[in-house]
Amino acid sequence: MFGAAVSVPMTAVSLRPTGFDELGLRRALSDRLLPFLVAAMAFLAALALAGWIGAASLAREWQAGSGSALTVQVPRPSDPAQTAEGRPDPAAGKRVDRTLALLAGTPGIASARRLSDAQLSDLLRPWLGAGAGRLDLPLPAVIAVRLSDPDADLDSLGRRIGVEVPGVLVESHGTWVGRLTALARSLQACAGLALLLVVGVAAAVVAVATRSGLSARREAIEIVHGLGATDGYIAARFAARATLLATVGGAAGAVLALPVLIMLAGLAAPFAGGAVPADQGTMAFLAALPTTIWVSLLALPAGAAAIGFLTAQGTVRRWLRRMP
Amino acid sequence: MVRFEGVGLRYRAIGRAGRSPEVLHDISFTLPDGVFRWLLGPSGAGKTSLLRLMYLAVAPTRGNLTVLGTDVSAAPRRSLPRLRRRIGVVFQDFRLLPHLSAFDNVALPLRISGRPEGQVRADVTEMLRWVGLGKRIDAYPTQLSGGEQQRVAIARAVITRPSLLVADEPTGNLDDAQAERLMQLLHEMSRLGTTVVVATHNDRLVARHPAPAILLEHGRLTGHH
Repeated sequence: MFGAAVSVPMTAVSLRPTGFDELGLRRALSDRLLPFLVAAMAFLAALALAGWIGAASLAREWQAGSGSALTVQVPRPSDPAQTAEGRPDPAAGKRVDRTLALLAGTPGIASARRLSDAQLSDLLRPWLGAGAGRLDLPLPAVIAVRLSDPDADLDSLGRRIGVEVPGVLVESHGTWVGRLTALARSLQACAGLALLLVVGVAAAVVAVATRSGLSARREAIEIVHGLGATDGYIAARFAARATLLATVGGAAGAVLALPVLIMLAGLAAPFAGGAVPADQGTMAFLAALPTTIWVSLLALPAGAAAIGFLTAQGTVRRWLRRMP
Repeated sequence: MVRFEGVGLRYRAIGRAGRSPEVLHDISFTLPDGVFRWLLGPSGAGKTSLLRLMYLAVAPTRGNLTVLGTDVSAAPRRSLPRLRRRIGVVFQDFRLLPHLSAFDNVALPLRISGRPEGQVRADVTEMLRWVGLGKRIDAYPTQLSGGEQQRVAIARAVITRPSLLVADEPTGNLDDAQAERLMQLLHEMSRLGTTVVVATHNDRLVARHPAPAILLEHGRLTGHH
């Protein structure tokens, strides 16, 4: 039966049967603890991701809102405009028309639009109620101005209009929008930091589990190593096990996070410009979750798998380097 | 071919300051392909350390070691697994994997080498039948007697038809008839080109199978004849 004692041809591909657990990793890397820890990490990661996505979309909306960074209020809009010397100037038309003409001729301004009476009473309704129009208040005309150049010199614009149309108020929203955007960006950064930490802790958890598996199976590894197994062969066994456990944990964490995220999305909906109808059942809530959140929920098991695979590979290969 | 040239071995001291003592000093000898050698010497002479060097479980601290034509001292680490696959080892304490059946233990070297599963199945079944364990292929090591475990260990060592076979007290748990059968197998392998080195304390066995011997004492080579 020992036909040839010379070198035996060796193929590079391994045809080992699936599920052949030569290192006994089903017990050494047990399914008791690791998936639960990874599930907890995935849950936290889902919250951090949702925070990141939410803060990013708020910042985007507020910044888009800052495109109309200016309101110009014109008191006594229907009075005739005046000349520089303070005399009425019938050629220039009404004060509001004069203001609109000045704004239109200013570089850096995308559009200037006078709010209608209906829009104005909408604005005032929270303070004066629905009947604001009947009070016959001397309301100013309100012009919403959209800037094309966010760095336009608003102070000099205000002064120039004030000279031609006295009493005009130029109010910039830029400062507030800037502050809110900075707040949203900081929240986003915190969420990103939390996500990085979660990734780091997850990698550490996998590394600790892998190292404990290495110690528990030290003798088996030495035997397999002695039989000619490469570092890659041994690392692949650990990586396969760690990837499986981490994927299961990641999927469980994502599923657990889903109801929490749906609830948060429901709470956040009014701020994002839409309301979630409460009476349309769960499916409406599911549809209310932004696509990006769905994508990141699906990405959680994949991310956990990648962390499990890479961490186990790195840990095992580093550990094996001590062997001859 | 196996060649030792002024080989010294010192195990790394673990948790102790200073250098651990050298367990082998200035070992030099050459084994051509296909020879059979006893490795003899009192306990603690360094027989196991010498075998560990041969099957690449440790690297020499000094000197040059060539195993199957490869200069082990100079070879890159990643080239060693392929070399190890050409070396069969029978350990004194068997070193079977307790969570694998006799079949899977013997199949392990073939699977590590990436042999097709059909060939693995046929070879392993035949080999286990040959060592008299044809009916126990699904038994786990703890369910086997010492002699049966030793035969599984022997089967695992020879299943790949190694070019170098290293055995440490391979007959310690075998009865005379089984030991005789093993010796016939080892002689047959050596006749077919495998270099065989067997460390033993069994003087009767050595007397029944006279062959050149490597003699060790206090970590030094005291004879090679």
